[in-house]
Amino acid sequence: MSTASLITLAGYSREKLEYLIKMAAEFEKHPNRKILEGKVAATLFFEPSTRTRLSFETAANRLGARVIGFADPKITSGTKGEILKDTIMMVSNYADVIIMRHFLEGAALYASEVSPVPIINAGDGANQHPSQTMLDLYTIYQSQGTLDNLNIYLVGDLKYGRTVHSLLAAMRHFNPYFHFIAPDELAMPEPYRKYCDENGIRYVEHKDFNADTIADADILYMTRVQKERFSDLLEYEKVKDEYLLKKEMLTKVRSNMKILHPLPRVNEIEYSIDDTSHAYYFQQARNGLYARQALICDALGITLEDIRNDKTIIL
Amino acid sequence: MKRQKLQELQVAALENGTVIDHIPSSKLFHVVHLLRLEEMTSAITIGYNLKSAKMGTKAIIKVSDKFFTDEELNRLALVTPNVTLCIIRNYEVVEKKQVRLPQDIENLVKCSNPKCITNNEPMHTRFTVVDAEAGIIKCRYCNHEEEFDRIKLL
Repeated sequence: MSTASLITLAGYSREKLEYLIKMAAEFEKHPNRKILEGKVAATLFFEPSTRTRLSFETAANRLGARVIGFADPKITSGTKGEILKDTIMMVSNYADVIIMRHFLEGAALYASEVSPVPIINAGDGANQHPSQTMLDLYTIYQSQGTLDNLNIYLVGDLKYGRTVHSLLAAMRHFNPYFHFIAPDELAMPEPYRKYCDENGIRYVEHKDFNADTIADADILYMTRVQKERFSDLLEYEKVKDEYLLKKEMLTKVRSNMKILHPLPRVNEIEYSIDDTSHAYYFQQARNGLYARQALICDALGITLEDIRNDKTIIL
Repeated sequence: MKRQKLQELQVAALENGTVIDHIPSSKLFHVVHLLRLEEMTSAITIGYNLKSAKMGTKAIIKVSDKFFTDEELNRLALVTPNVTLCIIRNYEVVEKKQVRLPQDIENLVKCSNPKCITNNEPMHTRFTVVDAEAGIIKCRYCNHEEEFDRIKLL
């Protein structure tokens, strides 16, 4: 197994996370470089995900790497019955790093066990999506100047929302105070609440979503409430508008409060909020580029020091 | 005393080999499967639904001329943690063993998550023990948790 693979951030120490944040900050200062010139990155998307793929491919391209791969599983041999291992072994002959998205859970870990080159998990089913978590951490750090002692409000679908679950684990080093705001059907599942208890993560649950409940938030992390998640459609119709963030709800919020959303948004944030100082979701999406540049470099054994001494910056 | 003797005689004595005793009757076939007994050529005696003061009924397996490795025996911890294992040489019990739940369980248990890679690729399953007392193991690949009582063996 290649030790440089990134499958999940769950086991990463505070130091390692801070190290990657510092790396991302270097790329924010200078995103265009030739530090990966001569390298080939493969993006294997066994399940389509345009945003994640574009973000990874931009990250590799802006560092001078060449990118090969596929965006749509229909054009690969997987549909002819090729097993994952064979695809990985074949591509690892060509590429220095493999960035993969797969609909099966555990696919990235298995790929990392058989692959001679590092694997970066760009999402494996409902399991892990560490580059999203990394960009969320970077965004929180960038917008607040710290990751420590923040009030983080998670709103919407806390049951199936992979991003919010990963965020819990990644934030455990930083003494956060979480507020879970969700309808009953989409409440934070018991194993994650237990995880919080075991790791000394403070949290409180709310059903109301109004100006008073969010007044103390530093971060308001909105997620999509998806119709297909409801067994009872009447219930969906009832709650879908209750978890819409309206501009009038921002009257009591802290001045440093920032609103995040993994995007795409559908009906969670009123468009008029985009022009307020609290809207931060487009910045968050851009941070995906810097976070992924850091993750690709880390997987390839390029250190923070290498990046700070990098002479290939394109100004 | 005589009664005890009779109980022991319910199944034939063993010259050399391994005796697995105090198997809950309902778990007998799991044990057969876990130890791959169906692949063996040596003589095997199986007692099923025998009377047991402690357990009501029990099963016992005597395998001639076979001395299992600890790794093989520890597989049993998943379904029958309280069996008694006796190593027999020349009709005498020379060693008694307890099964111990290994921390990592490779290729014995099927992951019940249909979207797990292990159910879609020719590969070994791997589980780690999360809580031995509560009987919970977790798939190393998809992180899905399984309870001992409900596991399906491969």
